[in-house]
Amino acid sequence: MRIRKLGRLTLRQQSIVAGYLFALPFILGFLFVFLYPLIQSIIFSLSELKVTKAGYETTFVGLKNFVYVLRGHPTFVRELVGTVGNMAANVFWILVFSFFAAVILNQQFRGRLLARTILFMPIIMASGIVLKIEMQDYMTGILEYGMEEANTFLATERFSAYLSTFQLPKTFIDNILLAIDRIPEIIRSSSIQILVLLAGLQSIPSSLYEAAEVEGATSWECFWLITLPLTSPLILTNVVYTIVDYFTSPANLVVTAIRTASFGSLGYGIGSAMSWIYFSVIGLILIIIFALFSRLVFYQE
Amino acid sequence: MAVVYRQGNASEQAHQLGVHNARLYSLRARFRSSLWGVIRAVILLGICYIAVFPILSKIASSFMSRADLWDNTVAWIPRHPTLRNYQLVWTHMKYPLAFWNSAKLSLLVSILQLASCTVVAYGISRFHFKGAKVLFSLAIFTLIVPPELFTIPLYLNFRYFDLLGVLKQPISMINTLWPFIIMAATCTGPRNGLFIYILRQYFKSMPRELEEAAYVDGASIFRTFYTIMLPGALPAMVIVFLFSFVWQWNDYYFTQLFIPNYAGLPNMLNQLAYSVLGQYWADSMVEVSLLHNTGSLLLIAPIVLLYVCLQRYFVESIQRTGITGS
Repeated sequence: MRIRKLGRLTLRQQSIVAGYLFALPFILGFLFVFLYPLIQSIIFSLSELKVTKAGYETTFVGLKNFVYVLRGHPTFVRELVGTVGNMAANVFWILVFSFFAAVILNQQFRGRLLARTILFMPIIMASGIVLKIEMQDYMTGILEYGMEEANTFLATERFSAYLSTFQLPKTFIDNILLAIDRIPEIIRSSSIQILVLLAGLQSIPSSLYEAAEVEGATSWECFWLITLPLTSPLILTNVVYTIVDYFTSPANLVVTAIRTASFGSLGYGIGSAMSWIYFSVIGLILIIIFALFSRLVFYQE
Repeated sequence: MAVVYRQGNASEQAHQLGVHNARLYSLRARFRSSLWGVIRAVILLGICYIAVFPILSKIASSFMSRADLWDNTVAWIPRHPTLRNYQLVWTHMKYPLAFWNSAKLSLLVSILQLASCTVVAYGISRFHFKGAKVLFSLAIFTLIVPPELFTIPLYLNFRYFDLLGVLKQPISMINTLWPFIIMAATCTGPRNGLFIYILRQYFKSMPRELEEAAYVDGASIFRTFYTIMLPGALPAMVIVFLFSFVWQWNDYYFTQLFIPNYAGLPNMLNQLAYSVLGQYWADSMVEVSLLHNTGSLLLIAPIVLLYVCLQRYFVESIQRTGITGS
């Protein structure tokens, strides 16, 4: 038996050449379709863009676009801060919920397949045109009929009226209602997270649990000492993915603002400046998360 | 022989007697287990209901007539069921044509993306070369960047495409399929970083012995990839295909950007209200909600079907997709 050689290269060199060859599509794509436009967008954000018949022209204006976005634009900063605040609460609850759902879905019971199938479905509804139409209808519905009709699912208006008969402090009721309002959104954004955590839970060898049980560990200890550490890399993955998914989804006010600015009257220069500010905020948050949590993550080597 | 053991409940005593099976000997343990079963069923029912509520409500309202919407006693089952919504939507969305257009585009994009991402993921996961880690990080980086950041210049590049100055007169690739083809074939479509991640984790979890056996038997590198690794990677590939197909099917932003007014389903749904009710459609949101609900249903019906057909490839065997990389 002889190993066929690629020309006269050694096996090691063959491996390197094959690797680069396989990765070639992405290398080309990254350079020309991703990096090149990215650099262009830096240039755009620092200039004013005019689209002419022959192409487009840029005139350098320095940081004027950035100053406009941060100071002159009526709503951008407010939307940005609001989105970041929303994200913190949402990400936390999505993580908690997806972990909880993954644990449940990992147990044996009849109808488990159906439950898994159903919980994975929202991905289909949560993108593109369906999302846009739903948001549009929701906004127009509020304008026409007021909050009550628009929010038919949870009937929060009536529920809040019911709660106020208990004479609880108003802020308390408001916070409960805010949390409850989030529930559908959280459940529908958790599909991929549940998938990932489920895979993680299934990869924990059951011999660990059996050994722990023999040693006399309670299920509470099992959870904290076995389940949580072994799934912590995936929890970190989920945190990063949820943050990124939330920030890039079109249901986001900032994303809508960027889109309307770029293709509307404000032009590509302002739009690019907005995108860069947004991206730096996201990047900063991710770096902070990584710095805080990577020490808590337990890696099995 | 005296055996010293702690006093415990029945299951602990069972363990100490050497019975390691999860049989519940005590009534208390059995009661606790079935109580948890009930609680779990209730929680799951609630969660699943919330998850499918949008679809259910759309189905219910698509059969309702205008009278039903104003009728306060009608919640789920219409008093005057009608197929009028479906007829209107079918004709005004030009459903057969739009379906075919959407299917063409989504199939093209998702097959290309699957092919290129699989090839790239295989390359960076099974071969040890210096760039492998860097390339993987770059792939993740493309995921983090908001698409708006580079789609604006990308649009301009496609609009005034001059091959880096080679062509004297720039040509416009807008309104053709070329932007999609280029982006899909080079793993730079939306979310392709996620696909590369999934596929790479999967490939990394496959044992080395498979490849080595193939090499020892004389297979070339490409033959090994095609015959041995690919069939084993099926669950991950099904997930990637499904995601990218669904994403492209539903997509409005990129399609509208590169092929304005492409007669696919998303665009037809967007102009549905205008087409049926005319210019002032926003004044009658009640009718519009009927139309939009029915239209959305018809739009997502094919991909729900696709999902139901394909889900058996990955929902039960999630562990084998190796997303955890272990």
